[in-house]
Amino acid sequence: MTRTPQSGLSRRHVLEIGAAAAGGLMIGVILPPMRGRAANGGASMLTAWVRIAPDDTVTIMIPSAEMGQGITTSLPMLVAEELEVDWRNIGVEFAPANPAYANPIVKMQVTGGSTSIRAFFVPLRQAGAAAREMLRQAAAAKWGVRPAECNAVNGRIVHASGKSEGYGALADAAAQLTVPTSVELKPRSAWRILGKSTARLDTPPKVDGSARFGLDVRLPDMLVGTIAACPVFGGKLKAVDEKPALAVKGVKAVIKLADAVAVLGDGYWPAKKGLMALAPQWDEGDNARLDSEHISAVLQDGFGTDGAVAETHGDAPAALGRSAKIVEAIYTLPFLAHATMEPMNATAKISADRCEIWAPTQAQGPAQQVVAKILGLKPEQVEIHTTYLGGGFGRKFELDCILQAVMVAKQAGKPVKLIWAREEDIQHDFYRPVSTARLRAGLDAAGKVTAWDFKIVAPSILTRVFPAWMKDGVDPTSVEGAVESPYAPADRRIEYVLKDVGVPVGFWRSVGNSITSFYVEGFIDELAHAAGQEPYAFRRSLLAEKPRHRAVLNRAAEMANWTMPPASGHFRGIALHESFGSIVAEVVEISIAREGLRVHRVDCAVDCGLAINPDTIVAQMEGGIVYGLTAALYGEITIKGGRVEQANFDSYRMLQLAQTPKIAVSILEGDDKPGGIGEPGTPPIGPALANAIFAATGKRLRSLPVVRNGIDVA
Amino acid sequence: MAYEIKVNGINHSIDVDGDTPLLWVLRDTLGMTGTKFGCGIAACGACTVHVDGVATRSCVTSIDSVGGSAVTTIEGLSSDRSNKVQQAWIAEDVPQCGYCQSGMIMAAAALLAKTPKPTDAEIDEAMTNICRCGTYNRVRTAIHRAAVL
Repeated sequence: MTRTPQSGLSRRHVLEIGAAAAGGLMIGVILPPMRGRAANGGASMLTAWVRIAPDDTVTIMIPSAEMGQGITTSLPMLVAEELEVDWRNIGVEFAPANPAYANPIVKMQVTGGSTSIRAFFVPLRQAGAAAREMLRQAAAAKWGVRPAECNAVNGRIVHASGKSEGYGALADAAAQLTVPTSVELKPRSAWRILGKSTARLDTPPKVDGSARFGLDVRLPDMLVGTIAACPVFGGKLKAVDEKPALAVKGVKAVIKLADAVAVLGDGYWPAKKGLMALAPQWDEGDNARLDSEHISAVLQDGFGTDGAVAETHGDAPAALGRSAKIVEAIYTLPFLAHATMEPMNATAKISADRCEIWAPTQAQGPAQQVVAKILGLKPEQVEIHTTYLGGGFGRKFELDCILQAVMVAKQAGKPVKLIWAREEDIQHDFYRPVSTARLRAGLDAAGKVTAWDFKIVAPSILTRVFPAWMKDGVDPTSVEGAVESPYAPADRRIEYVLKDVGVPVGFWRSVGNSITSFYVEGFIDELAHAAGQEPYAFRRSLLAEKPRHRAVLNRAAEMANWTMPPASGHFRGIALHESFGSIVAEVVEISIAREGLRVHRVDCAVDCGLAINPDTIVAQMEGGIVYGLTAALYGEITIKGGRVEQANFDSYRMLQLAQTPKIAVSILEGDDKPGGIGEPGTPPIGPALANAIFAATGKRLRSLPVVRNGIDVA
Repeated sequence: MAYEIKVNGINHSIDVDGDTPLLWVLRDTLGMTGTKFGCGIAACGACTVHVDGVATRSCVTSIDSVGGSAVTTIEGLSSDRSNKVQQAWIAEDVPQCGYCQSGMIMAAAALLAKTPKPTDAEIDEAMTNICRCGTYNRVRTAIHRAAVL
């Protein structure tokens, strides 16, 4: 679709909360009006979000990326609740890149930080309510009655006299009206859709092969390409003899970029064969000798450096000095690749004054801006078509592949779909950062935590991605989840030392929380042991003032029958972590036999505040657990000669169905607004697993993955 | 050279190199994009199709090895999602991102054709496809559901 908003963009973002009325909430509308008809079918736009066709079908614009989190169902639920429409008439369309669709929390059109539901919880209910009011007014005007006499009921406006009209017949007139400046939102007690498990709208096209991912884009006259970047990070292309590739049947062109070479053909296979036939000469640059041992040494050096203060309260050194016992430990975590099932890809079509991109992207807004800049176009001359994403996990926030596709298509003079081989995907990621931490805490004679003093050393994501989000030398994504810990004693200090190690790092599902949860929850378990206390009871005592956290911890423990001994040969570990506005506790049950470690079961309790689509929340916990468990058991990217040593799923191992534990999920609602859900399931699983291994073996895992700690996985 | 292949009951004449994987013939030559590319080394199963009813990883199956075998893709499993595996998948809301699901469904359909009531152990052995969204437990539940449809 190609509509752009006609007006009103500058007036958005004004959020006024007015007086409560009739049990609902009067709230200022922050929606840009987006008027006019679509070219086909005579459908009308009511606000930027809702399009109604003459046949009564309602299309909801989706500003976010659908990467599996179910957002193409949850966001329409918000609209439909207020619009009073038959759910079976709801369809969706991915919104174009346009400031109208910026995420109100992040202030950009991106999908990340488990923010979609939190950001659009109010605006999309307003959109539904505004469209409903416009339909009521249109009906009232048509009938010559007062709007107050007209009710919206299941996709129709019904007058007190009994006459009624479907939305489809009213939409054209409604779209000509001014968007109301305030609308009343239903009280929670009147909800019919929100809070009830609703089948995903994207399931049917995902079981018959018709869902269109980036990889599936086909344009007339399009070439398909694949690319090899310099295998060493930061290296450049020196020279390449193109002839061997051009000799391959179906190869059409070899394109040289500053740091990569691409081969284009009439399909992926000729392009791939052509690329394999090339022997590019690389200028490997400064990182040619970089290896994992060196990176470890650089991180260890950080412990001798004064860091930036990420959190300080009370006087941690003094309180530690008074402690009966000091516990100290060093924890370390590796780089991780995202390995989305759909390898990186993008399709670009460029003309003199226009560029169209089809991509599985989490960053439509930034993509539009950056592509416009490199092509010398205005942002509105760049159209971004978002496809379904075959996994995102933060990887598809990056613009690297889109920009390659643009540069390659520009040189080729034809539309190009650029597809990365899996090996390129694993070896040219923006990795979950390596990190190391020195954790020190004191216990008094009764085993109570007196103070803690942590130092975290890691490369920074934000210095590259969003430098403005750095805070006094601290990258918040390196320390999130360690600062503001629910377990924290009054006297505490957390320092951060930034060490750039020459490997690109980026957002990976739950970002810093996948790291800090392992530190904090592993160390809490150590403190419980040092205090001679049972780990669950120890945590409960630390959470005495945190009722929501305690309730979540208790629920997970109850689900796992924590107070009863497990089956013979089975052992349990527990962990809790708050992230993205939600609190999750997980209990893992394992056994370790001759054939290796087996994870039998995971019990997960989640307080995500208000639950919008409960079955999606369950699915995201299941998925977050499998993602984190895969990393905890097997995940590690290592560097040698400036290159990533792993290449494909044979060397970067994945959990499969046979190893997947039973997973039970229980939802607690501890708040009246929704928390994030795409990421919070991941952080607790690694430490819960490590704590179970300690229970089983007495061996404390202070690094991951498990397989690098002398423990085989069955 | 030209190869004659039969996909979802329809014969096609394909002019590609003999080493071209069936996956790319389906996707790039025939425009049937339901079958996915995940790894290129038969490790992930996103490219699973049926060759004479057997679940086959099409990314390492060269076109010159297919011969007159009947190839079935996700597009050919049913015309209206009425296959019992698809029905079970919908009932359990299995997919998340959905990218691996064509291959998962084809692997499950082949398993059920051979073993109509598979045990958990038989499911473990047959279902070696990779899903990064972690839909594995729903896949298992949906296979058990399909077995009784």
